[in-house]
Amino acid sequence: MSVQFVVNGRKVEVDPPARMTLADCLRQQVKLTGTHVGCEHGVCGACTVIVDGEAMRSCLMLAAQADGATIMTIEGLSSDAELTPLQLAFKKNHGLQCGFCTPGVLMTLHALLTQEPYASEERIRDVLSGNLCRCTGYIPIIESALEARAAYQDQARSAQA
Amino acid sequence: MKLPDFDYHSPTSLDEAITLMATPNARVLAGGQSLLPIMAFRLAAPSALVDLRKIKGLDKIEITQDAIHLGPMVRWRDVERHEGLAAALPLLTQAMEHVAHYQIRNRGTVGGSLAHADPAAEFPGIAVTCDARIHLAGANGKRVVAAGDLFVGPLETCLQDGEIITSIELPRWPQARRWAFEEFSQRRGDFALAGIALFYDLDGERRAQNVHIGVIGATDRPRRLPGAEAALNGQALSDEVIAKACAAACAEVDPPTDIHGSAEYRRSLVGTLLQRALVKASS
Amino acid sequence: MRTVNTYIGSPVERVEDYRFLRGEGQYVGDLVREGQWHAAFVRSPVGHGVIRNIDCSAALAWPGVKAVLTAADIEGEIPKIPFRRPNPTIGPYAQPIIASGKVRYFGEPVAVILAESAEIAEDALAAIVLDIEQLPAAIDRQTCMSDKVVLFDHPGSNIATVFHANKGEVDAAFAAADVTVRGQFSTQRQTALPMETRGLLAEWDPKSNHLTVYGAAKLPFFNRKTMADLMGLPETAVDYIEVDVGGGFGARGEFYPEDFLVAFAARKFHKPIRWIEDRREHLTAIGHSREAECDVELAFSKDGTLLGMRGDLFVNVGAYVRPNGMTPVRNAAQFMSGPYRIPAIHLQAHAYVSNKTPAGTYRGPGRYEGSFFIERLMDLGAARLGMDRLALRRRNLVTDAEMPYPLAPVLPSDGRAETNCDSGDYRVCFDKCLEEFGWAQKAEFDGKLIDGRYHGLGIACFIEGGASGPSETARMEIEADGSVAVYAGSSAIGQGLETVLSQIAADALEISIDRIKLYHGSTTYLKEGWGSYGSRATVMGGSAVIDAATKLLEAFKVAAASRLKLDPSELTIVDGVARAKDGRSVPFDEVASMEIKADGRFDNWKPTYSYGTSAVHLAVDPGTGHVDVIDYTIVDDVGRIINPLTLHGQVTGAVVQGFGSAFSEELVYDADGTLLVGSLADYLIPVATDYPHVHCVSMESFPSPINPLGAKGAGEGGIISVGGAVANAVASALRDFGVQPSRMPLNPQRVWELIQDGKKALAST
Repeated sequence: MSVQFVVNGRKVEVDPPARMTLADCLRQQVKLTGTHVGCEHGVCGACTVIVDGEAMRSCLMLAAQADGATIMTIEGLSSDAELTPLQLAFKKNHGLQCGFCTPGVLMTLHALLTQEPYASEERIRDVLSGNLCRCTGYIPIIESALEARAAYQDQARSAQA
Repeated sequence: MKLPDFDYHSPTSLDEAITLMATPNARVLAGGQSLLPIMAFRLAAPSALVDLRKIKGLDKIEITQDAIHLGPMVRWRDVERHEGLAAALPLLTQAMEHVAHYQIRNRGTVGGSLAHADPAAEFPGIAVTCDARIHLAGANGKRVVAAGDLFVGPLETCLQDGEIITSIELPRWPQARRWAFEEFSQRRGDFALAGIALFYDLDGERRAQNVHIGVIGATDRPRRLPGAEAALNGQALSDEVIAKACAAACAEVDPPTDIHGSAEYRRSLVGTLLQRALVKASS
Repeated sequence: MRTVNTYIGSPVERVEDYRFLRGEGQYVGDLVREGQWHAAFVRSPVGHGVIRNIDCSAALAWPGVKAVLTAADIEGEIPKIPFRRPNPTIGPYAQPIIASGKVRYFGEPVAVILAESAEIAEDALAAIVLDIEQLPAAIDRQTCMSDKVVLFDHPGSNIATVFHANKGEVDAAFAAADVTVRGQFSTQRQTALPMETRGLLAEWDPKSNHLTVYGAAKLPFFNRKTMADLMGLPETAVDYIEVDVGGGFGARGEFYPEDFLVAFAARKFHKPIRWIEDRREHLTAIGHSREAECDVELAFSKDGTLLGMRGDLFVNVGAYVRPNGMTPVRNAAQFMSGPYRIPAIHLQAHAYVSNKTPAGTYRGPGRYEGSFFIERLMDLGAARLGMDRLALRRRNLVTDAEMPYPLAPVLPSDGRAETNCDSGDYRVCFDKCLEEFGWAQKAEFDGKLIDGRYHGLGIACFIEGGASGPSETARMEIEADGSVAVYAGSSAIGQGLETVLSQIAADALEISIDRIKLYHGSTTYLKEGWGSYGSRATVMGGSAVIDAATKLLEAFKVAAASRLKLDPSELTIVDGVARAKDGRSVPFDEVASMEIKADGRFDNWKPTYSYGTSAVHLAVDPGTGHVDVIDYTIVDDVGRIINPLTLHGQVTGAVVQGFGSAFSEELVYDADGTLLVGSLADYLIPVATDYPHVHCVSMESFPSPINPLGAKGAGEGGIISVGGAVANAVASALRDFGVQPSRMPLNPQRVWELIQDGKKALAST
């Protein structure tokens, strides 16, 4: 079936089989392999992408269900060679090791901090409980998120002004 | 863990959906947050999925004088963020923090949760506790079932083949109602090892009336605890009364044993959580 | 002008991060080849059984299915996977590359389906008709060790090996003891659970008879040799290519049956074969670990001096002995004494097979288990002696004056039974930990009921053998742009290898780190290499890099000198430029065309020993059994810190993994040998809300004398002492109930049960 969506600002038309998940479609048909698949049953969160502004598990979504949606994947986080404040904070605070869960973590945090730039540490932790990481013990991830939060607050303020 | 093959439909009207649901072994796709995982494990292999996402109006939250009406496609995040709902049925809003995780709450739906009928899930327990009425539509017409009758076993409902949940109706609450929701799971977002949803009203002499206690996780389906309710109805909530109710609750649950918890442990948790919920509700 | 570099010791941000943060990492699952076939494995649905028949006809007829392989398709005898550390008795227990005749664990590969898509391959799994006559399963230690159910008719026993750790006169020590304490403890079966499942892409080039395997990790060179031997190919006909790897932790990258079968299919059908393990099969197929029990005794004099340790360890190694399946067993025997001075030791470590997934290593193999056992015994010993548990430990910690300190040699061995702790004063981290943790201030909470929760403190000390031998290699080449390519034999498994080796290389060459290009983990770069296991990559790989750098600079000097018509001794090298006294100079890039290169190597069988102490403050909810970790402080001494940022990350991550071991992770089987844990909702690794309070301090008080860096392996230390510290704290918290945890994990149900049992015991007295 024909499915159209906008991914990272680019309009794409794909032809996924009915049973293809959005995760597989992004990876195989759109060739965006930054979205990782860690469990295929909706627990690990590695495949998290942002659909119409909201973080979702792309392994628990059919590609067909994304028809008409606007999607952001890890590849769309920074539009040029520069890293965003969120990415820089992860680099500085060693918020990643093997990098496999990282795209899902970043997508979750980007959605959260865009919607809730004043999210508390507790809120951030709670939201991240849906993203499994085996390397870091999460502590540097939280530190990275807290550091990046200021940039989202600035953005929110300048959007209001 | 690829999904088994199926036909995908996304009808734009309920009538069309009902017609499509006549296909043998067709299933409704709401948020997909429970259905897709069980398909990934090939524990379910529907011939067709009928996606409700294009049918207008199924994601509405309506609060009338007497009742709250939730469309089946209302998502957890819609419930979380709905201010009127927090006032009209605070028990529901509070329970949301226990429902799965952020990303799941962005897609998971109330209708899907009821149809999936996980005995450890929060919303079915709330529906049973709060006397929800479930509106169904199918090829043979419409009907309404009480939430208490909807669940017949683990992952099993009384829904007939082809029937679709069209609305969930919950009675509105009086302002002064006492309530609490307590749940224990090993990690954030895991299914409950046990959980208690309860409310009651106080009469003029501060005695509990109209006590409703529902349990999840420690039974094969969400259910009320009539023994514990009886121990509380007409009583002022003293430590002694609470202890009696907890003992009754422990006696009347018949928890399953699985790798996450033994029957004995879950039974004890029911008592512990009920005690904590009653203390919270009464303070 | 540049002075001497100081990348070593600086928190250099990782070079890997840029690509990972942009979704530009390339993992094996991201690789695609034209015309590739997808593999799916038919796995045994029972724990133990005789294969009567495998009917593949319906699967072969399935649209899109290309082929099905079973044992019948392997010509001659079914090859077995060789051991990394062979010993005289384990031969018959090696794992065949596919089940034939018998299945011995739930999930054992019995057939491979090859299809045009992963979906179709998986669809066709249901079409394979397996006729397996189920046999009684050997699951628990009693059944296995009594040989009631025997897995292998030859040699007819489930005991694969017994390791002996022997030191001093243990009977005399016990005869002289004033106080002895004995305990039976157990740790549960676990797995490493890297976030990326395994995956392989194998390509066969029929023109050159060459096999290329993508998805290498941990041990590409050893696995290449194994593959070549099993396929009957020369080593030069096989290459292992490492792409980005989503975590290792000891389990990923060992040679598994799937490795052979995927490559075999690629050769047989002349097709690229791709297999990405799914999470459910991952739980049954990748190495398990940690299922160990002990019955051990300690002997003390009345002043608390440790005199001896004796007893038995029992390790369930699963259905076969895998390449490194014996490592945890021998390690448990050798390292159980931990950081303590124990003059007399006799431990017997029994490795027995069972109808469970074959075991291998998981971060801190044998060390975590042994540490839990002895740390529990130390607390029990302190109680028996009427001594403070801190004072008892401090008295017995090995000191600087005793270095090198010999651990108990272990036999049978592959020639290296003996080992010495290399350097350190184990009291240093102990004292520092108590200070950082604030033990004296927190002591008032110990054993107290506060707001409905019982608070407890616990302590545990550890050593971490690391930097495993035998060797590592590195090659350096000056490139046309004046940068230096560094080819390392070590593997990157997500630990930041590229950064750490670049730091070492840049310092050794005295050039900017931007000029280092690091390549690693693939057999195409070097003739030989070892890899990343046993916390070795930084120390062994780094030392090889230093050797290569020294040689490269010499070669550069010679080349520059010839260009300037000077003697090399007349040149000094600063920042990649050779300078003569007369002001003339030659930079790196000017000699690139002369192919300046150097091979470096570091050989050392002696491990390094990092060491440390951890302390924990926790609170137990008696109603639910839930344990809340309020503070966890770990102090370790790693000899020399190469990168404090990545080291801190390793320690923190290891501690939190340890909490998974201590509180929640468990692979549960039923009596028939069915694994009951099938999803990540069943296998409970820590999540972000669980353990926010971990405080790690790393010291470099005593550099290792056995490598040029002075560094010690440090990837595993964080996990080793978690079980002991936590269990001791739970005992301390629940002292009113007389609780003494002996079985792990301390999940809420078990803690609740301990309280109930304690209450019952109190009521009956």
